[in-house]
Amino acid sequence: MSGSREIRHAPRTSPWPLIATLGGVAMLSGLLVVAVYQFTRPIIAENQRRAVARAIGKVIPGAVANRAFRLENGRLVPAGPKARGEVIYAGYDARGRLLGIAAKAGAQGYADMIHMLYGYDPVSQRILGFEVLKMAETPGLGDKITTDEGFLANFPLDATVEGGKLKHEIVTVKHGRKRNPWEIDAISGATISSRAVGKALNASARRLLPVVRSQLDVLRRNGPGTGGGKR
Amino acid sequence: MTTVTGQGGRKKEEGITWEVFAQGLWRDNPVLVMLLGLCPVLAVSNSAINALAMGLATTFVLVSSGALVSLLRHLIPKQVRIATYIVIIATFVTIVDYLIQAISLDLYNALGAFIQLIVVNCIILGRAEAYASRNTLGRAVVNATGMGIGFTLALLALGSIREILGAGSLFGIDLFGKGFEPWVVMIMPPGGFIVLSLLLVAFNWINQRLDKRIEQSEGCGHGS
Repeated sequence: MSGSREIRHAPRTSPWPLIATLGGVAMLSGLLVVAVYQFTRPIIAENQRRAVARAIGKVIPGAVANRAFRLENGRLVPAGPKARGEVIYAGYDARGRLLGIAAKAGAQGYADMIHMLYGYDPVSQRILGFEVLKMAETPGLGDKITTDEGFLANFPLDATVEGGKLKHEIVTVKHGRKRNPWEIDAISGATISSRAVGKALNASARRLLPVVRSQLDVLRRNGPGTGGGKR
Repeated sequence: MTTVTGQGGRKKEEGITWEVFAQGLWRDNPVLVMLLGLCPVLAVSNSAINALAMGLATTFVLVSSGALVSLLRHLIPKQVRIATYIVIIATFVTIVDYLIQAISLDLYNALGAFIQLIVVNCIILGRAEAYASRNTLGRAVVNATGMGIGFTLALLALGSIREILGAGSLFGIDLFGKGFEPWVVMIMPPGGFIVLSLLLVAFNWINQRLDKRIEQSEGCGHGS
C-alpha cells in the first residue's frame, strides 16, 4: 500500500534483565539497611531512654531514678522501659523515695501538636513543671512557652484531686487575669500556644491524676530497689 | 590519568582533576548557581548546626549513591536506570536517617522530615544521572564530594547569617548578650528567602567582577 505509513517498533527487550537488575539492587539495599538498623538499634534505644530520663529529671527535681507504670483498666501496673499504651514514670530520689510522677501530654498548638512531659507531686498535689518533647511553634512567639519567665512562674500549678476527680479544671486565662492557683497566665502574643499547654495538662490530669492519687502505694512499693528503676 | 583526543586534536583530560572536585564548590554550586534542593535549604537553615547537619547528611548520600551508581553503571539497563537510582538513593537516605538518630536525637528532631526528604533532592538524582552514571568511580566520588561540600558551605553560610541575626548566636553560642533584640523574622520562613536572595546577589556580583578582571587581563595580554 503506497499511502500507508510504516510504523517502526523499537526492538523488544526481554524483561528479565530489567527485573534481575531491580531485584538485585533492591536486595543489596535491603541488606545494607538491615545491617545499619541492627548496628544502630541499641544505640538509638539508649538515646531514647536517656532523653526520657533527662526530661523526667527536669520535671521532677531531684529524681535520680525512674520506673515506668502502665495504666490498665484504671490500675497502675509496673512496666518495662518499652511499655506501650498510657505510661507514667515515677521518679525517685537516691534513697528510693517517691518524689513525683511524670506523664506525657499533648494538644494542638499554633503550627502543630505540642508534645510534652509534665511532673506532678502527688503529696502536695501540684504540677511541678513541664518539658516540651516536640513542637513546631513560631520561633520568638509560640516557643516562648519554654523560656518566658512569667509563663514558667505559673508552676507549681494546683491540681488537687477530690472525690476521685480533679477539683478544678486547669484553664489558661488571658495575660494578667490569673486569680486562682489552678489557672495559667497566658503569654501576651502567644495565647494559642499558652492555651495548648493548659488544654494538654488538663486533659491528661483529669484522666491520670485521680488514678495516681488512689494508687500511691503501688508507686512507693515498686521503687527502683525492686528491680525496675534506671539511673 | 587517561586522555582522549577531543575536537581539533586537543587532548581532553578524563582523570581526576581539580576541576572535577571544584565544579560544585563555586562554578556549578548546587544552591547558588543551579538553585537545586531549595526546599531543605530554606527549611532547615534557621540555625548553623541544622544547616551543617543537613549539608553533611546530603553529602553522605551524594557520595555513597554516586559511588554505587558509578560501580553499577555498566550493569544497569537504561530502561530502569531512574528506578534503580531512586532505590540506591533511598537506601542511603534510610542509612543516614538511622545514623543521625544514633548520633543525636535532638538534632534528628530539629531536622524533622527533611532528612527523609533528601531522597527527592534533585541534586542527588541529578548527579547520579548526569555524572556518576557516565564516569569512573574515582571521578564520581570526587565530583560528588565537591558538590556536597559546595552544598554544605552554601547552607552553612545561610544558616550562620540567619542564626546570628535571628537569635543573636552562632552554633548556640550567644554572641551579643542580653541587650541584643533578635531579628526573629530571620529564623522564620521569610528570613530564608531574604537571606538567600541577598546571598545570590552577592555571589553574582563577585562572579561578574571576577569575569571582568579575567576579560581585562586577557585584553591586556592580546594588546601586548
